[in-house]
Order: sequence, then structure tokens, then C-alpha cells
Amino acid sequence: MLIRSLIILLLLMTTSAQAAKVETGNDAYNPIFEALYTGSFTEKEQALKDLMQTDIEDKKKFLNGIVNKTLMVHKKSKKVVWVEKQGSKFKMTDAFSGEDLGLDKKRKVKKFAINNKMRSQVSALISTMDLDSDDAEKRLAAINSMLANPAPEYAGFLKQRLDKESNNKVKQAMQLGIALADLGHEDTEVRLAAIDNVADSLAPAVRSALANMAENDTDKQVREAAQKVVLEQEEQVRFFGYIETLFFGLSLGSVLVLAAIGLAITFGVMGVINMAHGELIMLGAYTTYLMQQAMPDSVGLALVLSIPAAFIVSGVVGIGIERSVIRFLYGRPLETLLATFGISLILQQMVRTVISPQNVPVSNPEWMSGFIQINSVLSITYNRMYIILFCLAVFALLFFILKKTRLGLEVRAVSQNRAMARAMGIRSSRVDAMTFGLGSGIAGVAGVALSQLTNVGPNLGQAYIVDSFMVVVFGGVGNLWGTLIGGMSLGVVNKFMEPWTGAVLAKILVLVFIILFIQKRPRGLFPQKGRAAEG
Amino acid sequence: MSGLMQRDRVYEFLVPKVVDDLDLSHGTVLYMEDVSVSFDGFKAINELNFYVEAGELRCVIGPNGAGKTTMMDIITGKTRPDQGAVWFGQRMNLLRMSEPEIAQAGIGRKFQKPTVFEYHSVFENLEMSMNGPKGVWPTLVARLNVEQKERIDQVAETIGLTEHMNRSAGLLSHGQKQWLEIGMLLMQNPLMLLVDEPAAGMTHQEMDRTVELLTGLAGQHSVVVVEHDMDFVRALNSRVTVLHQGTVLAEGNMDQVQNDPKVIEVYLGE
Amino acid sequence: MILRILKNDIGGKVFLLVLLTTLIAVPVLNQLPAEHTFHISIYTVTLLGKYLTYALLAVAVDLVWGYLGILSLGHAAFFALGGYAMGMYLMRQIGERGVYGHPELPDFMVFLDWQELPWFWSGFDNFGFAMLMVLVVPGLLAFVFGWFAFRSRVTGVYLSIITQALTYALMLAFFRNEMGFGGNNGLTDFKDILGFSLQADSTRLALFVASGVALALGYLSCRALVKSRLGKVAVAIRDAEDRTRFIGYKVEYVKLAIFTFSAMLAGLAGALYVPQVCIINPGEFQPLNSIEVVVWVAMGGRATLYGAVIGALGVNYAKTWFTAAFPEIWLFALGGLFVVVTLLMPRGIAGLFSRKKGGES
Repeated sequence: MLIRSLIILLLLMTTSAQAAKVETGNDAYNPIFEALYTGSFTEKEQALKDLMQTDIEDKKKFLNGIVNKTLMVHKKSKKVVWVEKQGSKFKMTDAFSGEDLGLDKKRKVKKFAINNKMRSQVSALISTMDLDSDDAEKRLAAINSMLANPAPEYAGFLKQRLDKESNNKVKQAMQLGIALADLGHEDTEVRLAAIDNVADSLAPAVRSALANMAENDTDKQVREAAQKVVLEQEEQVRFFGYIETLFFGLSLGSVLVLAAIGLAITFGVMGVINMAHGELIMLGAYTTYLMQQAMPDSVGLALVLSIPAAFIVSGVVGIGIERSVIRFLYGRPLETLLATFGISLILQQMVRTVISPQNVPVSNPEWMSGFIQINSVLSITYNRMYIILFCLAVFALLFFILKKTRLGLEVRAVSQNRAMARAMGIRSSRVDAMTFGLGSGIAGVAGVALSQLTNVGPNLGQAYIVDSFMVVVFGGVGNLWGTLIGGMSLGVVNKFMEPWTGAVLAKILVLVFIILFIQKRPRGLFPQKGRAAEG
Repeated sequence: MSGLMQRDRVYEFLVPKVVDDLDLSHGTVLYMEDVSVSFDGFKAINELNFYVEAGELRCVIGPNGAGKTTMMDIITGKTRPDQGAVWFGQRMNLLRMSEPEIAQAGIGRKFQKPTVFEYHSVFENLEMSMNGPKGVWPTLVARLNVEQKERIDQVAETIGLTEHMNRSAGLLSHGQKQWLEIGMLLMQNPLMLLVDEPAAGMTHQEMDRTVELLTGLAGQHSVVVVEHDMDFVRALNSRVTVLHQGTVLAEGNMDQVQNDPKVIEVYLGE
Repeated sequence: MILRILKNDIGGKVFLLVLLTTLIAVPVLNQLPAEHTFHISIYTVTLLGKYLTYALLAVAVDLVWGYLGILSLGHAAFFALGGYAMGMYLMRQIGERGVYGHPELPDFMVFLDWQELPWFWSGFDNFGFAMLMVLVVPGLLAFVFGWFAFRSRVTGVYLSIITQALTYALMLAFFRNEMGFGGNNGLTDFKDILGFSLQADSTRLALFVASGVALALGYLSCRALVKSRLGKVAVAIRDAEDRTRFIGYKVEYVKLAIFTFSAMLAGLAGALYVPQVCIINPGEFQPLNSIEVVVWVAMGGRATLYGAVIGALGVNYAKTWFTAAFPEIWLFALGGLFVVVTLLMPRGIAGLFSRKKGGES
């Protein structure tokens, strides 16, 4: 073990010097490719390493060629050749001289047989080459890929480059890599030091190596040190797990808040039970779909433009519903509930008839996919992050409208005392229509957001209507803050319960909880003072 | 008219049955002591002490927001006070009882805004209000016997709605609804009646009849009347309690109260 | 007795007479040769039987909505629970004739690799016990739910929404395989009831008649209830809940009693529905189903029990016809019905007959 490492170390340190000694030309590589061609897998692995020591310029191409089976051996001439398929035959080019060797039948050439272990070795080797890249990101990616498949040899590679490395992030990753490699060192002291060095990292490789050491290391002291770190790390992983669940919960909560916030206006402020609210969300999602159909080349722009478009579509439909049906039913909440439910059926069927009964595809723009890696166990996906931000933005905007604008003032006046507001010269019927339009438009905007998260189909709205009502009622009717906090807390509770109960049961339990909660506090978390929307 | 004019006649049904648990040995039927309640920081009732004697007729007056209706809400269990004690007789803690339990114990209430069951006929309104077991099963199997029918007829006569017996209560005039509600109170035959603004919307003649009725009820029943109309209060000729900002400002007969400088200050301003 | 219940109830008398005639006529006409003009096929008989169970469900909903003012958007849950209780009995009757031939376990349990019958399935091989459960399970759920809801004075749309949440939660629960009710597929492949094959014409006729009798009895019991002082108190609660409290009625208990009774009726309807359609699955818990029942009642005329029957039969006949002729249009029609009835016909079809304000009393 010691001797082997030393040899490798020596080899590595003398790479450049050695390279000059190797003769150029096909023959010089023959032993290596011979081993790759006919050797045992152990010999092949060594051969791959040897290949790295040669002066072949484009080692990456060769390694890739082995994996992709474009680099083969011509059986008869024993030449290593690049092959290219031409009909049923292969066109062969000498791998080193570039000489054209003509066509031959497929069975006259043979590929290098490799196994999975070698395949990952190859990809790690390719990564090591990226270590010399000028791009810091690439170097970091290379190191991370090496960390995923740690081998004692890497310690050398990394140590060699550590001093030259200028980028801090890359440097840290390198140090971690070295420490990780050092975990396998014979010297107890080195191992102990390495344990100390990796204690802060939660990379899977580190954790599995430490877990292994905690069980199997020959030295008791090392075992104990490893055990201690393992326990600490488990604690941390659990902590980051909670953070992640919290994040998931907040993003689910944001979806709920978005779906419910329009309802918080129509139901909470106006006291109108709009069962077609879900369908207004659905219309928003379909608006996104149609916008993307209209401008297929710019998915992102279409999405952004969908926000005002959906607001207008759903808002106009909402005003239409208010003017044609709801205004005749003020003060009769149960009838309103039934009539708007009928409207929801009509809207659903309309979408089925006009567009399609099936779900329609809505694509995500590129900037929505991807994630931020906080550490090895915690990453935050962009789409979830955007949904939270979007939800907060919509909330803030709505809050602003209701608190600071003339319309908001009128809305609040009418909701508190209709007769008085009229006496003050507020045209209450116009305010009703505008308020309802606002709530409906927000539902449409929620639909744009939902189109990025779930399937867009005629039943989209139905899936959210019960949840939306739960959020509004839970948060306290007529209270926007209640809706925000209610929705977020329901989302978080739901996500925290899921690991124990499964998603469906979690949802059921949350529903049951709300049913019980409403009975304890019929006016929700934050009951509205004074004359609330009476049921 | 005739029903009210027969002052000499005491209907048997108008003699309230005293509930077993009720101990009136001290002659006081209602105790409210140190009662306070606030809504969102506004003290509607503030350390109120209020007592009603058995058989007494009492008027409660006070400006708007003095806490008159809230006081009734507390007595009938609709509102729970933040502090204080409310006892019916010596033994019944009203704060521990629900609205129906309080009603069954013998406290009847007429609301400020007349609320009758509009869909039901006058007869049915009276029938439902009749005292007796009001559990689910007894109500389901209840049948009117001759005596009970007579009683309904008598009350209808008293409130002058005999001719409207089978009309929907919703079709009655405002005054008639007031009367019907009083009739429902009579059917309940409570020990104590809380009557919130009975004169509102009544003609002078109707008011006179109401005065007759209420004074006639006193003696057998304790009657607490909340009223704005000073003529009406004067006509009742009873002890008067003046409430102001949730507490008792003055108490005594009408003349005493009217000459009380504190009352004058509150009513006429400083 | 019956005449006393039906006193002043012309609509009810007519309805019961028509029902009785139908119950006699349909089996007779079914015996006519197939080519005869007045022959009623067994398919139609079953369809009519299904409608009758819907009508019973509508009566149950009308009892709580029309007379008590509780707009229940969860009555389909009670219907489905009654149906599941019946389905469990029918499932146990399959015995060894299932695909897997297990003597005790229904097919889906064998498929899920369960070793023994869950405790809540025991006893369902007994018809009497199953019928008891048809009433007890929905009744108990309604009682527990109502106990919490009514005592905390949840009313109006809040109550409606949590009844909807209730049925929604139950739907999600019954979709789970672990619940032990066949998950997504529900209970099906029934063979026979009380030893009579469900495929036999005679059984189907008997189920049709049973549904009709159940509807008649359900109608009469609801009518008796509505006529009683308790029924008047119920309406009083509907119109002025607080006032009812102040004349000494324990509103919560009245609501609880009637709601529970109504849930049991719905359960009975479900139990008669399942052997006729030969399947019960979690789809029955869909919130849409409950709301549809409400529109039947609204259509027929709220607070007239026979109106609920008319609504149920009418809307369902229209549904059958539309879904066969213009499947696309059905939801438009149903949705339009909701709007038109609430806007233009607040008292439904029955309201067109009676002109007296406040309906019949």
C-alpha cells in the first residue's frame, strides 16, 4: 500500500519529465493499448492510468473514444484506429498518425471491453484533466466529480495543484478532496487530522467514508473520532433537512396563498362565495398556454406577458360573472354558492370543448429550471424560489392596492357599510364589479404560476377550490394577512407531516385539522373585527 | 282590547311555575354583581351592579351605547362577561348556562328588533314558544291538548291577534310583530321578562295597551323594560335605572331620576 | 296514520299515488313480451331504480337544507358510506368465486397480499349486520361531525364548505389502498344478494320495488318529522336561529338529530343504489356529486319534499338523455341549470304549483 502510493506519487511528480522520454508514435503506446485490449480488468485500470502519463495531446478524445466505442482495434493489423460507420462497414483512421486505413467489415475491428468501474474511472480521469482548465467553474466541477468517486491517488493530483490555485472556492474543494483522500492514509495521526478537516463537509463521499471509518477503522481513537463527527454530521443533516422541508412547505404554502388570495378578496372582503374561483385560476393557466402557443420561440417572454394577460382575461370573465349573476344574489350566500358552482361547470366544459379535454403542455423557461446548491445536502430549486417570491410580490401588490389606492378605500368602505358608503357617494355597484374583477384577475395570475408547477387541464381549478377556501377560512375571512399566514403555515405543516404519513394522508389530516379548527374558532386565525362577512 | 281590560281575571297560565332549583328566599330574582365586558378594548359594561326583585317592574333607560342591550345579552347568555357574577335566584349561575337553558329556567326576552318566525303562522309561533319540555324527542312527539289550544287562543286574544291566527307572521305589521313577540313571551311564561324597546313602531293606542299589559304582568313576573320613549317609561310608573357608559348612573322613580344632576348632565350635556 | 301525515299535503298525496302506481305497473309491464309497445326493459327498470335511490338522497338533502337551513355539500359522503357498507356485504357474498378464489378475502386484498380480513370487515357477511351498518356508519359520522360543528355554531357557508371538505377528505382517504376498501377501483364484481343473483331480472325488479318502498317510507317519515312541532322548530331555526334559542330550544341538538337522521336516509339510499349499479368506488365521494344533489333539490323546489323527488328524477332523466345524445352539452346544461334555478326559480318547480307565500305549511 505504502509502496504503491509512493510510486504513484513519484510518477505524478515526474509527469512532465517522463512525458518527454516517451517516444512519439503508435508503437510507444502499444503496451498500454495491448493491456487495454487483452488484459484483465485490473491491468486495464492500470493501463488507463498509464495512458494518462503519456504525451498524447488529446487524452480526453481517446478516453471518450474508448467509452463511446469510436476507438477500436483493427484485428488483423493490431492497429488502434478511429472508426466511423459507413453503411455496413467501418471507415478506419490510424489513431496516432491520422493515416486513412480504408474500409473494413464491422467484425474485423474490435472494441475495448470495459466495465462500469472503468467507465467511472474514465469519467474521473476526464475530470482530472479539467483541473487544468482556465475556467474556475470547470475546475470546481472536476473536483466535485472526483469527490463523488474518491480514490487515494487524487490526493496527489490535488496537492500538486493546491498552491497554484487562485480561486478560493476551488481551493476549498481541493483541500476537502485531499482530506478525503487522506482518510485512507496509514498514519493514524494523518487520518485523525483528516477527520478533523472533513468534519465540516456534508458531501456524500465524506459521510460514507466517515461512516465506514466509524465502524471499521483499525484504530480505536480514529473510530471514536469518526463516530463523534458522524453524530455531529447527522445532526446537521437533520437540521438542513428541516430547512429543506421548510422551504418545500413555504413553496407549497405560496401556491396555496396564490390560489386563495383572490378568494380572500371576493369571499373575504365582499362576502361572495365564488365556487368558480378555481376555474378563474384555470383560465389564467390556459392563457399562459395560449400565449406560449402564440409565441413559441420565446417561452420566457410569453410567460412574463401571460401575467398581465391572465389578469385581464380572468378579471374580465370575473366582472362578467359579477354583472350577470352574482349581483342579483347579494345577501343570499347559499344561492351564490350554487350559481357560481354552475358557472364553474360551464367554464370547465367550455375549455374542454374549445381547447381540448386533455391536459395541455405548458413549458418552463430555462431560467425557471436549475437550482442553487447551498451545500451537499441542501439545494434550492429556482422554480420553488420564484414561486415564493412571486407570491410575496402579488401579496404586496394587493396589499398596496387595498390599503393605499382609491379603489381599495372604496372597497373597504363598501364592505364595512354598504349603505353608508353609498350615502358618501361611492357607486357601490361599480365598486362591487371592480373588486370582483380584482379578485378574479389575481386568480388568473395565480393560474400563470400554477401552470409552471402542475398539469394544465380542465380540472385544474377543482383541485384548488377546496384548498383555497380552507386557507381563507383558516386564516380568517376578510384578512389578507390571515390568508398569507394561514396558507404558508398549512403548506409547511403539510410538508412536515408528509414524511410520516405520506402525501395523501397528510392532506387528509390537514383537512380534518381545519375542520376541527374552524369549529373551535369559527372566525379563523385572525378574525375580522366588527361586521365581518356574515355566513 | 278586552283581553287587557280584564284586570280582575288572573289566567292560570299566567302564573309562572317556579323552577325547582330556583331559590327566591331573599326576594331578589336577579343579581348582577361587578360585571364587566369589553369589545376590542371598548368597555360596554363596566363594573355593573344590578338587582331585580321578584315581581318587580323595572325600566332601564340610558343614552345610546350605555350598555342596555349588552346587559340583556349577558343575562340571557348571548354574551359572556369578562368578569363578574350573574345569578338567577340564589342558586342558578347564569354564566354557566346556555341560552336555551336560561330560557328554560324562566327568563324570557323580547328583542329590540322584533324577531318572530316569519314563515310560521301566528298560531305556530305561539305554539312553539309554549313552556314545557323542549328536548328533541318531546318536541317530535308533542301533540297539542285542548288545554294548550285554549291557552294559545287566550294569549292570541290578549295580544289582539285572534283574527290573524293562521296568517304567516311575516305578513304582520311592525306593531303586530311586536305584539306577537310579547305573546311568545307570555307563552313561555317566564319568571322574568326582559323587554327591549317594546314601544318602537307602535301607535299611541298600542302603546297604552302595552303599558297595561306590562304593568299587569308585574307582580306575578319580574319585568325589565329597556326603553327610549320617556312617555312610555313615565306611563309604566316604575323604578327606573339609568345606565351610562356601562354602569348604573342613577336609580329611583322617574321624578327622582329626572332631577338627578348627573342624569341631567348626561342627557343634556355639560 | 299515513293520512294524518299527509293532511294538507296535496303534492305528497299525488306523488305517493304515482309512486305506488309505478311500483305496480313497472314490474307488470316488464312481463310483457319484448316487442310490445308498453314493454319496459330490465335496463330501464334498473335505471328507474337508480333514480329512485337518488330521489331518496334528494329527500334527505331537502330535509336538512329546505327545513333546517343547513346546505350540506357532503351528503354524497353519507350516500357513499351506505353504499360501501352494502358493497362490503356483497363483496363477502362472492366467497370463493373471486378471481383468486380465496374463501374469505376479497380479490383486491389477495392482490395486495393481505393475510387476513381487517377487523372492520368482520360481520359484513351477515346481511342484518350490514344493513345496520348502512344506517349506523353514516349516522355516526354525521353525529360526530355535527356534534363539533353545531356546538361551535358554525353556520351558513362556513358549514357548507366544511361539509365539502369532509367529503373531499373522505374521497382522498378511500382512494388509498391501505384503507382496505379497494382503493381506486372500489368494490365491484358482485355476484348475489341474499342468495339471489344480481344479474337476474327478478332480483332487479325486487331491488327496484325495494327502492320505491324505501323512498315512500323515507318521504313519509320526513313528512311526519316536518309536520311535527320539531319540524316547525327546525324551520324556526332556519329562519331565526338565535330567536329559537331564546325560547328555550337547544338548537344544536335539534340540528344534530335531524342531520343524523338525514345522513342515515342518505346511507340507505346508497345501500340500495350499489346492488343496482353493481359498483361503488371513491368517485362517489366527489364534491361535485353532493352539489349535484343540491341542484336537484333546488330545481324541484326547496322545502317541498316531493319537489326534491321531482328534481332528482327530472335532472337525472335529463342527464341520462343528454349524456347519450349530446355528451358535450351536459355540463353546460347542468351549469346553466344551477344559474337559472337560483336566479329565476328560487322556489323550483314545486314553487310553480303552490302560490302561497312561504310554500306549503
